[in-house]
Amino acid sequence: MAEAVSVVAESLAGDRARAARNVLDQVVLPGEELLLPEQEDAEGPGSAGERPLRLNAGTRSRGRVVCGPGLRRYGDRLLVTKCGRLRHKEPGGGSGGGVYWVDSQQKRYVPVKGDHVIGIVTAKSGDIFKVDVGGSEPASLSYLAFEGATKRNRPNVQVGDLIYGQFVVANKDMEPEMVCIDSCGRASGMGVIGQDGLLFKVTLGLIRKLLAPDCEILQEVGKLYPLEIVFGMNGRIWVKAKTIQQTLILANILEACEHMTADQRKQIFSRLAEC
Amino acid sequence: MAAERKTKLSKNLLRMKFMQRGLDSETKKQLEEEEKKIISEEHWYLDLPELKEKECFIIEEQSFLLCEDLLYGRMSFRGFNPEVEKLMLQMNAKNKVEEVEGEAVELDVSDEEMARRYETLVGTIGKKFAKKRDRANYEEDENGHTKPTVKVKKMFLKPQD
Repeated sequence: MAEAVSVVAESLAGDRARAARNVLDQVVLPGEELLLPEQEDAEGPGSAGERPLRLNAGTRSRGRVVCGPGLRRYGDRLLVTKCGRLRHKEPGGGSGGGVYWVDSQQKRYVPVKGDHVIGIVTAKSGDIFKVDVGGSEPASLSYLAFEGATKRNRPNVQVGDLIYGQFVVANKDMEPEMVCIDSCGRASGMGVIGQDGLLFKVTLGLIRKLLAPDCEILQEVGKLYPLEIVFGMNGRIWVKAKTIQQTLILANILEACEHMTADQRKQIFSRLAEC
Repeated sequence: MAAERKTKLSKNLLRMKFMQRGLDSETKKQLEEEEKKIISEEHWYLDLPELKEKECFIIEEQSFLLCEDLLYGRMSFRGFNPEVEKLMLQMNAKNKVEEVEGEAVELDVSDEEMARRYETLVGTIGKKFAKKRDRANYEEDENGHTKPTVKVKKMFLKPQD
C-alpha cells in the first residue's frame, strides 16, 4: 500500500488534475479529477514539466468517451466518486473514445437498467408483483412480463418464489421496474427459478470476477459434479446440486474464493476431488 | 342597405386561417409583424449574456455491461439442466461473434442419399403425369425405384438397295 499512500500525498499536495491515461490500474480516491487525452495540451507546462507524448499529433480524436460506474462528468474532465482502481477499455468498433470506470468493491446494490438480478417475490397486488432485489425499494414486476402470459393465462408465481429478470427502469427518481422477457418477447432463461437449491449473498465485485470470460474458478467448479448456478448482479447467487451436502459445499466454496489465493483454491479443489 | 354597412369582423376572426387565404403576402407579413410586436413587449426575459452550450464528449453510464464482457448469468455444468446448457451456448456465442469458423453442421441425411432420392423421385412423379403410352418407358429397378429409361428416337431408316 506504499504506492497508494504516495499517490494520495501527491494529489493532496497540489490537487492538480492528472491524465487518466497515466493513472490506469492505479488506486484513485473520490474527489480526484482526471483529464482525458484531448485536454493534455492545456496542461503541458503544468504537469511536472514533461510534455505528454501524443500518439496522434495534430489531429484530435473527438470520439465520445463513456464514463462508467464510479466516475462522473465534471465539465470537460472526469471526477472520481468511488475508491478503487481505474480501468479503461478500448473501443471495439472504432467509434468513441473507449470506456473508463473504477473497479470498486461494495456489498450494497443499486439498481441499474439492463442488469440481470435475482429477486424474491414479497407481495402480489393486483396486476404486479413486488420483488425484493436488495435495493432501496422493491421492484415492480408486471404479470404480463413473462413469456406467453396473457390476461387470461397468468404466470404461476407465488410469494416467496425466486425470479431471474432484468431491469427496464432503474434510476434514482423512480421505482425500479423489472421484466422476465427480452426485447423480442422471449424468456431467454429469465423467469421463475426452480425448486430447491440455495440462495446466498456475496459482494458485487465477486460476482463480476466470477462472470469474467476467463474465470478459472467456474471452470474448476464445473468439473466437480453436476450442478446449476444462477448469478444475479445484485450480489445474490443461487446454486443447486443433486444432494444437499454438495449444494452446501458449493456455496461455501463460492463464498470463500473471494479471499483465497489461487494455490489455496487448488488445494481445496484437489481435496474435494478425492472424496 | 346591407352593402353600405360592412359587418365589422373581429381581429381574431381575421387572424383565422380561412380568412387569410385571400390576403396578399404583404398584408400577411404586416399582420405577423404586428403580432410579434405585441408578444415581444409582453414577454419577460433574463438580461444575461448568452451561454454557449459546449459539445459534450463524455457520456455517463452506470452499467457494468459496457465496461466488462460478462458471461450470461445462468450456468449449468455436466448436464444438470440441459436447457440452461443450450442457453449458455446461445448467449455466450452472441458475445463472441468470431465463432463463425465454418463448423460442420450435423446432417440428418447425407448428401449421397439425398441425390439418390431425388433421382428416383423424378421417375415416380414423372410416371404419374405420363400418358398411358409413355408409361411403358418407365421401368422398375432392382430396389423398386422407378427410373425413366432413355427413349431411343425412331428415325427414318433408308431402305438399302
